[in-house]
Amino acid sequence: MTSTLTISHLTKRFDGFTALNDVSFSVAPGSRVALLGHNGAGKSTMMKIILGLIAGDGGSITVCNAAPGSAEARAQVAYLPENAAFHPALTGEEQLRQYLRLRGENPAQAMALLDRVGLAHAARRRIGTYSKGMRQRVGLAQALIGHPRLLVLDEPTSGLDPVSRRDFYALLDGLAAEGAAILLSSHALTEVEARTDHILILSKGVLVAEGALVDLRRRAALPIVMTVVPQPGQGADLAAALPGAVPVGGAYQITCPQEEKLALLGRIATLGVADLEVTPPSLEDIYSHFSRRDGQ
Amino acid sequence: MTLNRILATTGTEFRIAVRNRWVAIATALMVVFALVLAAAGAAPTGDVGVDRLSVTVASLTSLSVYLVPLLALLMSFDAIAGEVERGTLPLLLTYPIPRVEILLGKLFAHLVVLTLAVGAGYAAAGAAALLVDGASIAGLPALWRLTWSSVLLGATFLGAGYALSALARRPSGAAGLAVGLWLGLVVLYDLGLLAAVVANDGGRFTTEVFPLALLANPADAFRLFNLSAAEATAAAAGVGGAAATIPLWQSAASVLLWPLIALFLATAAFRRVRP
Repeated sequence: MTSTLTISHLTKRFDGFTALNDVSFSVAPGSRVALLGHNGAGKSTMMKIILGLIAGDGGSITVCNAAPGSAEARAQVAYLPENAAFHPALTGEEQLRQYLRLRGENPAQAMALLDRVGLAHAARRRIGTYSKGMRQRVGLAQALIGHPRLLVLDEPTSGLDPVSRRDFYALLDGLAAEGAAILLSSHALTEVEARTDHILILSKGVLVAEGALVDLRRRAALPIVMTVVPQPGQGADLAAALPGAVPVGGAYQITCPQEEKLALLGRIATLGVADLEVTPPSLEDIYSHFSRRDGQ
Repeated sequence: MTLNRILATTGTEFRIAVRNRWVAIATALMVVFALVLAAAGAAPTGDVGVDRLSVTVASLTSLSVYLVPLLALLMSFDAIAGEVERGTLPLLLTYPIPRVEILLGKLFAHLVVLTLAVGAGYAAAGAAALLVDGASIAGLPALWRLTWSSVLLGATFLGAGYALSALARRPSGAAGLAVGLWLGLVVLYDLGLLAAVVANDGGRFTTEVFPLALLANPADAFRLFNLSAAEATAAAAGVGGAAATIPLWQSAASVLLWPLIALFLATAAFRRVRP
């Protein structure tokens, strides 16, 4: 299966500042890839290069078997900018009709697209009266035009409420199932965790980690946290039996490396325990681990 | 396909122009000024041997040299800088549409607005002249010539406005440049030429450079074309004398070529914009 997007040894410099340094990765059809990184890590620069809005200084990129920014690539790539903006004097429907016509599609689809993002009720109101979340949904609707093969989404869920976010990811799942490749950047790490197949972590322009979440979790080898709730009156004994346990509220928290997890669980089971919770390292932990390792 | 994409932008831009009251403002402005000139032209001026409408066309020409470039620049200075400021340009540029098509789409919309305004103004002035003087029918060809050359003059300054808009990248900066261009080409240029001609006192500058300098300025070429084409030349003072020495085809060529040059410059400037 050929990749929808292939980037190899991409480098971009701005007046002596290296925004992207030797970045290589590829995105396969039907995969949902999250691009993570702190502010200024190079996420938006990378997206602009993929879209052909700016040119890279070194390395090569192939977007849908074409050069980024070529008419061929642009016909197959959809983009949702961070803080999607539109002319305030137009209605949502008028704006979408224009975008449909620019892509050579039937403008009559505008209402159906707005309905798909839950905006049909406001279609005839001017975008100037929309909230940030509604503008974001207009942006999403235009990204759905004409079955794109690659969707580049910059912070797509910013400004969306939790229900809209869930709907949004359900939409993405449908697109990915149809074979579209999705590259999205996000700060909301917990939702990315559940909703993407592959994670890229950028730090200061360098790709510091890449892989499925389980792989990253294993490679980071971060400790597991167990929260133990003692049976009534057993707290002191439990604390004595588990050196290093930190009291948190009525419970105790203890951390251990991945490989000692089962042994520790066995020991805890013999103590007077009312409840036990095992928390694997979250994406936040993994993300900070990889982005800090690079001198961050 | 290509035309459909261009017209998609045209439709949107025209809608925006209507909602921003540009259509209403431009049309009202042109109608009011044209009627004022028609009224002034209708006052007894002594017998100059020409019909009322031809006199009015001569006055309208002088008015349009100032007003049409001003309206065109006011409509166009925001075209690209405004998209940059609103943050709508990056998304637009990821669409499979060449930049020149974006410019053409905007140009067509703004030209429609300008044509409506100019057409309404000239029609009002023409109707007023015809009401007063039945012989004014003789002036209709001149009015028609004034109309289409005004639209071309507008196209030139729309293109120039887009170029400045792309160069400035901020609406405030683009507005400043647009005012500067208007002052320079429409007001100061003529003053400078006048001063040079007076100082030169009929020397080589007046005979060789001055006609070229008039043709090189789209506003002067427009005035020259309409005055030298019209029988009303006699009714107009000013550059009438100079107009006589320059063949009509030269000023016509300048009027026709400038919109293309301006569009070329606008496209070149827009291509350099990196979102």
